[in-house]
Amino acid sequence: MLIELKNIVKNYENSGVITRVLHDINLGVEEGEFIAIMGPSGSGKSTLMHTIGFLDRPTSGDYIFDGENTNNFTDDELAKIRNERIGFVFQSFNLLPRTSVLDNVMLPLLYSHSKKGHVHRAKEALEAVDLGDRMDYMSNQISGGQKQRVAIARALVCDPKVIFADEPTGNLDSKSGATVMHILEKLNKEGKTIILVTHDINVALHAKRIVTIRDGGIVSDKPVAESERVHSKANKDLE
Amino acid sequence: MRNLISDIKVTIKDLLSRKGRSFLTILGIIIGVAGVIIIISLGAGAQSLVLGQITKLGTNLIGVLPGKSDANGPPAAVFGVQIKTLTVRDADAIKDKNKIPHASAVASFANGSATIISGRESVDTNFTATDGTYPKVQNVEMEKGQFFTEEESNAGSNVIVLGYDVATALFPYGNELGQVVKIKISNNNPTSGNGLGGSIPFRVIGVQKKMGTVAFQNQDDQVFIPFSIGQRQLLGIDYIQFIRIKVDDAENVKMTIEDVTRVLREQHRIKNPSDDDFDVRDLADAIKVLTSITGTLSIFLSLMAGISLVVGGIGIMNIMLVTVSERTREIGLRKAIGATRRNIRNQFLFEAIVLTLSGGVIGIIVGILISYLIALGARFAGYDWAFVISPVAIILAVGVSILTGVVFGLYPALKAAKLDPIEALRYE
Repeated sequence: MLIELKNIVKNYENSGVITRVLHDINLGVEEGEFIAIMGPSGSGKSTLMHTIGFLDRPTSGDYIFDGENTNNFTDDELAKIRNERIGFVFQSFNLLPRTSVLDNVMLPLLYSHSKKGHVHRAKEALEAVDLGDRMDYMSNQISGGQKQRVAIARALVCDPKVIFADEPTGNLDSKSGATVMHILEKLNKEGKTIILVTHDINVALHAKRIVTIRDGGIVSDKPVAESERVHSKANKDLE
Repeated sequence: MRNLISDIKVTIKDLLSRKGRSFLTILGIIIGVAGVIIIISLGAGAQSLVLGQITKLGTNLIGVLPGKSDANGPPAAVFGVQIKTLTVRDADAIKDKNKIPHASAVASFANGSATIISGRESVDTNFTATDGTYPKVQNVEMEKGQFFTEEESNAGSNVIVLGYDVATALFPYGNELGQVVKIKISNNNPTSGNGLGGSIPFRVIGVQKKMGTVAFQNQDDQVFIPFSIGQRQLLGIDYIQFIRIKVDDAENVKMTIEDVTRVLREQHRIKNPSDDDFDVRDLADAIKVLTSITGTLSIFLSLMAGISLVVGGIGIMNIMLVTVSERTREIGLRKAIGATRRNIRNQFLFEAIVLTLSGGVIGIIVGILISYLIALGARFAGYDWAFVISPVAIILAVGVSILTGVVFGLYPALKAAKLDPIEALRYE
């Protein structure tokens, strides 16, 4: 089991008023899975993703990641997990402005312990998303779809176990979105665990398993039948 | 190492992409550092000028001035007050070998301004009435002829030694020796009412070499005449403005100051030292007074430069806070992909240091340039001004600018490091 959540609770306290955002979350994710977390806005799906992605700590409960209970990890240890074993893809890309595509992809390596082969690894990651020919472009000179592919390359560059994609197609037109989904499927076939957060069922149907969350709790958790799954094709030549 | 170099590149690229703002941010640092460099350079230059001017006079010298003055302050006569308490009898007593054994030469001085006339040429200049012992108490180099002897000065002979500029103005063709010039006392002399007026003829017996300024006096724009004739006939006074004594050995300077003080108290029948109506000091005292003045000035100016650095530092802090809030999303992203608090803190601290350090380097260059221009100006004005840039000043300036970056960059950097990644990623 790669990810194991046991009775996770997350409360927010705002001027004395406690808001329960997540309650009694029990979830297990095996290595190599492709799951989609679905739910309307305000359901707690983002908080769940932040918790699984070590951007936030649960109020109570146990989070076992790759066999280790992470409850007592320090901030620096969590930063190390984020750097080495997790890759993030955000809705709004979050590329550094005035910086080349290659430098953007190399950014996580800046914080890693490996000191060699940065350029080589970044180029490999860019080739995996079919952007080997754009690495010297500035991040603001490329299209939205290309930006999200750069962001995926950035998530891949440290060779993580899991990729978290938070509404990765939310800011894209349908064709660029399809390309991005195609890349995520391809990465999953190559063995990467993918956790996708979305409110769009058509995006969620790319996954092999859909977890639905409402009012801070999991209301359903079922596999997607192969006949229902959506597969995207690359639309590279249209960009 | 690669990380550091690429960090430097990224930071510099980032700062250059907002040149105007970066420059305004470091302007305070530039001014502060340039100020420190200029002040230290000027202090060293002024010091060397003062020392050079005074040591050019010669060594082992004691000056006697009329009027009591504060030991640490400048003598009263400097302020242009005419004090008549020093007389020829005092000078004679100082010359007495039994009373003051280590005085190897004593010269009395009285100064005034006059017009020197030779045929149709005339020059307004200063005259110094002194003894034939003058070449022993002050370095004199003759271009032509001789300085007048003690016999000539004691006899009150009508002989004159010209400064270089006066000689070339009066005698462009250079046949000065043996010529007769007339001295006409200027009306603006403080005691001219007592003078005989009219003009007195003098025979030229010597011309000084070009000497420049010594003790802040232009040696080339003056003439020398025997003391008694200058004192009585030109100035019409019976007192001495200044006595200079040459001591035979440096070790005896302090003792001779005491001897002179004792002799003068006897002469003036003074029992209580606080009633002294004269002032005896050696060159070491004069140097001390002058350096203490430049030292005080340096402290004040350094304080101003320090204030400018603090103000500059606050400017840096302000702009760094703006930068941190502008780049909140970037900070959130960096944290999400594995940056620790320390990584983020160092990034912004580093940026502040790059800012202040480049301010420091520009400030050093500006400071050196301005110091050089001042030295050039001073030399143009005829002073022997040394252009000194001490390595200590440069190291100090670099150190202070880095320190300013650390001190004023730390708070914004810590603020950036503390940001919550989720909040930061949501920040619009």
